Amino acid sequence: MEKTKEKDEKGPSAHGAARGPGAQAALESSSAEAEAADQYKVRLAVFEGPLDLLLFLIRKEEVSIYDIPIARVTQQYLDYLRAMQELDIGVAGEFLLMAATLIQIKSQMLLPRDPAIPEDQAEDPRAELVNQLLEHQKFKAAANALHQRATIESATFTRGEIETDKDNPEVASTIFRLFEVFQEVLSRKRAITEIEIAREELTMAEKITEIKRLVSGGAAVSAREIFERARSRRELVLIFLAVLELVKELAIRLEQADTFGEITITRREEGPDAGGGAGDN
Amino acid sequence: MMIEELKPIIESLIFVSEEPMSIRQLVAILEGESAEDIEAACEELGREFTERGSGLELRQVAGGYRLATRVEFSEYVRRYLKAQPSARLSLAALETLAVIAYKQPITIPEILEIRGVTSTSAIKTLLDRRLIVAKGHKQVVGRPMMYGTSKEFLIHFGLNDLSELPNLEDFEDLMSS
Repeated sequence: MEKTKEKDEKGPSAHGAARGPGAQAALESSSAEAEAADQYKVRLAVFEGPLDLLLFLIRKEEVSIYDIPIARVTQQYLDYLRAMQELDIGVAGEFLLMAATLIQIKSQMLLPRDPAIPEDQAEDPRAELVNQLLEHQKFKAAANALHQRATIESATFTRGEIETDKDNPEVASTIFRLFEVFQEVLSRKRAITEIEIAREELTMAEKITEIKRLVSGGAAVSAREIFERARSRRELVLIFLAVLELVKELAIRLEQADTFGEITITRREEGPDAGGGAGDN
Repeated sequence: MMIEELKPIIESLIFVSEEPMSIRQLVAILEGESAEDIEAACEELGREFTERGSGLELRQVAGGYRLATRVEFSEYVRRYLKAQPSARLSLAALETLAVIAYKQPITIPEILEIRGVTSTSAIKTLLDRRLIVAKGHKQVVGRPMMYGTSKEFLIHFGLNDLSELPNLEDFEDLMSS
């Protein structure tokens, strides 16, 4: 199962490489046409780094990674760098470092082998590069495999998030708590409504009529009692003004038996005509 | 409790959990039940989903169980969710991630050594997407930060744990084959 998967993975990358020779042919014919330039831009974007470019060249030349013809590959590598520079593509430092490494390996291979070291123990100057390439190769394949997994994974869905108590404490309430809150809101609403009525509908004339009615029986009424009927500040003020108005009109009489004692309001018998007239205003 | 009784309870728990539900979590909730029984119930549950050709499957991801829609129906689910496939990781980010996944904990200079290119912006992308996390400083000169994969990584790639990563040695001979 895994093996077939790998083969599949190899498919697209082999295909990618197959497009390479076209670009390379353009390079060899050294035609600097715009079309060729475009091809390079597309092509070169694929090379993530010098190792990528090197792997591409090795694959294109169909040589073994374990036995790289270093002179040939170095030459092609340098050609590519030159092409990149000609096309004004900024060549990153890593690419130049790799070029230096390749040239170093190439010159090392030209040097005669140290006769003191037996042939089977002599180290291949390419060994380190080969290891690096193999390692890089592995991770490229691994990245490919990861990509496939992510693609599959993104095709499965889990259910959407549920609002839990953690992110929404309100949901933790019971139906009883909900009812309480509803009542609270209702009573608050009622309070607000009362104030509105007071503002719109209470007038001093009404208060005057009301006080007159209260004292109409002839009995003394406590001023405090009248004031306490007020359900709002505004109504209290209106009652107070109404009392003052009635006193002015001589419709009522205020009496205080002792200092700081209760103030009582009584109807004034004399001059009711004047009071009645004012009250109707 | 019998496994038959455990199954529907576990099913309901896995249904509501947002993260993959681990056996450990299930043991904590189902007081007195053994991890073995719970695991057996989970396995049977998973089998049932498959056997009755359900649109859902019980998947083992990031060390836990989760219910997910089957890949085959992704087209329809996407149509409903109007979901776009999530933003793809660039090749550079993907390669960097592969290096980190297999070599963790690993420092940025060590990644550079393997990839042959600097990976700073890829690292940033991966950190932003919470696929990797800092794993402390390496006790060498300069004390560079070490990075490793996150739980998010396992979920994103549908892995139960890191041992499910394809064997790196299997990729070795791609070149010569």
